[in-house]
Amino acid sequence: MLAFVRIVLLIGLLAPTVANAVTPDEILKDSALETRARNLSRELRCMVCQNQSIDDSDAPLAKDLRLLVRERLTNGDSDRQVLDFLVSRYGEFVLLRPPFELHTLLLWAVSPAVLLIGIFALFVMARRRKTVAPPSPPLSDAEQRRLSTLVAPPAVDR
Amino acid sequence: MIPELGHYALVLALALGLIQATVPMIGARGRDAALMRLASSTASMQFVFVALSFAALTICYVTSDFSVANVYENSHSQMPLIYKFTSTWGNHEGSMLLWVLILSLFGAMVAQFGGNLPETLKANVLGVQSWIACAFYLFILLTSNPFLRLAQAPLEGRDLNPILQDIGLAIHPPLLYLGYVGFSIAFSFAIAALIEGRIDAAWARWVRPWTLAAWMCLTVGIAMGSYWAYYELGWGGFWFWDPVENASLMPWLAGTALLHSAVVMEKRNALKIWTLLLAILAFSLSLIGTFLVRSGVLTSVHTFASDPARGVFILMILVLFIGGALTLFAWRAPMLKQGGLFAPISREGALVFNNLFLTTACLTVFVGTLYPLALEAFTNEKISVGAPFFNLTFAPLFIPLMFAMPFGPLLAWKRGDVLGVAQRLMAAMGAGLIAIAVTFVLMGMSSVLAPFGIGLALFVMAGALTDLAERTGLFRLPLATVRMRAAGLPRSTWGTAVAHFGIAMTLFGIVCQTWASERIVALKATQTVAIAGYDLTFDGMVQHTGPNFRELAAKFTVRSGGVPIGIMEPSKRSFASRGSSTTEAALLTRGVSQLYLSLGDSNDDGSIAVRLYHKPMVLLIWLGSVVMMLGGGLSLSDRRLRIGAPKPATKSALQPAE
Repeated sequence: MLAFVRIVLLIGLLAPTVANAVTPDEILKDSALETRARNLSRELRCMVCQNQSIDDSDAPLAKDLRLLVRERLTNGDSDRQVLDFLVSRYGEFVLLRPPFELHTLLLWAVSPAVLLIGIFALFVMARRRKTVAPPSPPLSDAEQRRLSTLVAPPAVDR
Repeated sequence: MIPELGHYALVLALALGLIQATVPMIGARGRDAALMRLASSTASMQFVFVALSFAALTICYVTSDFSVANVYENSHSQMPLIYKFTSTWGNHEGSMLLWVLILSLFGAMVAQFGGNLPETLKANVLGVQSWIACAFYLFILLTSNPFLRLAQAPLEGRDLNPILQDIGLAIHPPLLYLGYVGFSIAFSFAIAALIEGRIDAAWARWVRPWTLAAWMCLTVGIAMGSYWAYYELGWGGFWFWDPVENASLMPWLAGTALLHSAVVMEKRNALKIWTLLLAILAFSLSLIGTFLVRSGVLTSVHTFASDPARGVFILMILVLFIGGALTLFAWRAPMLKQGGLFAPISREGALVFNNLFLTTACLTVFVGTLYPLALEAFTNEKISVGAPFFNLTFAPLFIPLMFAMPFGPLLAWKRGDVLGVAQRLMAAMGAGLIAIAVTFVLMGMSSVLAPFGIGLALFVMAGALTDLAERTGLFRLPLATVRMRAAGLPRSTWGTAVAHFGIAMTLFGIVCQTWASERIVALKATQTVAIAGYDLTFDGMVQHTGPNFRELAAKFTVRSGGVPIGIMEPSKRSFASRGSSTTEAALLTRGVSQLYLSLGDSNDDGSIAVRLYHKPMVLLIWLGSVVMMLGGGLSLSDRRLRIGAPKPATKSALQPAE
């Protein structure tokens, strides 16, 4: 289902185009810049697509954005500046990893919080159990003898 | 006539379902054996009628009966037979029919194989199962009728979406649904236990095989979907953290947690309430997944609101079942007796650790998938949550989980000795450390983290083998004894080791993608491109004609060290019926690594753009999931799970205590 619905959604939006994202003519000569451009592309959303980065998408808009990213990088922008520029132009929607802010607090904080609460709860439970069930005193001689008769033929527990 | 028969069979299944949803449960309250036994017959007959209904739709597809709207929209007379058959479920209505087919199949299987269940439990389980079935029969009959006729039958259909014309459609959705829907049995068992107010270790023993079977199907189903997307979508990715994928990952994570907590419950009678909750959650997440995919809410919150019939219906099912189940849980669970004390460092403790991390990972995916929808619905703000977010939040949860994995099976029940286990894992840790060192030497410092991933994968693999070696006494005892011990080892122990080995294989494959190489170039005929020690020469374009498409393929000869080793023909197919085209990537498998080649646009100067990848060890990602499934299968065949099977009288003295 995952792939096939995904594909259906994709097709609905990108109809007869061909799945081929980055094209040879886009690639920068400077390989360090190109690597940065690719890394940035993976962080940016193609806004007309279904949850695709501009690196994966073959939509015309994604191509424009890829070129834009490369243009800014060649003009000497830092990665941060490129992202800020795109956010100022398209809004936060363009970032595939939302920034940590008030309105995304729950998104970022829920699972670490739950993990910590879980660990804490288990810790408390383990301690409570310890206090409820104090270590039992060692067996008396009579008990020890009774035990050894009980276990005499080595019992096998499957 | 056939579509009408199919439609009518579905209505009859609904009628039977309504009987099954009420009468046996009334019987269970009044201890009326006759009323309770009714459930077995209705469950079997429900399956028969749904199967008839499904067969009717299949016949419509195979015979290209375009008077049926659903067939007209999703089929074509020129399509190969296999795709005519698979297109039965390659659309919304048909896939929902497949959903209820599998649901009724599971119901019938409980009726058939549940002979050893207490009568009241069986009646209640089948009753609850039938509530779910009725809700989905109604959903199909009221909002998604696949048998709708057209007043005037068109001559030709509109064809199945070309990307779905692939063997993937035959395998992936049925397996995925077997997994999704299989969790309904665990859900029904949980609700039945809550209704009866009684739950014990035997309950876990009955639920485990069903959960295990569902989990196996889901594991491979997800993996096959991933492989399908990998070769079909043309950019070589295998997991996109797409909401639709997340929808299947969430039940998998919850189901994996359920499998592990059910072990604790079965062996030690502990974690009862938690196991019940997980059983409810696993299927609830399956329902949420169905809702996400089927309602259109993913495309946009607004399209959902503009065409609400289906979405609202599924949302109602969701609220009714999840809300109802959790309310019942909150009301009845505190009355259940807890049992089985254990120290934090113990097998139980390790499984609790597993559960904590798996459920948190599941929650992370859940929040990441639904948060943007919720935010948009409440504040109209739009944000994107994609792969970078999930990679950052999911990995930190999975790494400790993987690291703890070899420890779990080696720890003793009740009170374990973590240092002793660490000592026994020395060899495995050594293997991991050597792997890290070797990876650094071989691959250099290009990635600082990836070699540790390799080390972790090797540690888990070696840990799984250590577990087996310890139990059979390998290297300590004479070979004959080892063989005897190995034969006497419970299959579930083998299953654990094999499944853990499998997930380590998947991890290994994923980490290796750090060193995948990529070339994006424009090539003219006779030009050569090199990647990872291979040379690919572009020989020229070739034309092919398929049954319902025309194909333009680029022929490449692959050489390794000057010796030709194969031919790759990536292509573009154009389908006249829909006026659409697909790219078909070419794959060349070398061991478990692959060369991946897909075509881009042709340029004016006669060159053609190609994307070429070398993906080292990539097949391990999916082979790992197959190994996981095999592990599940071994565990499923354990005698312990076949209640009432006679125990062999001999040899037991030689078998190791577990």
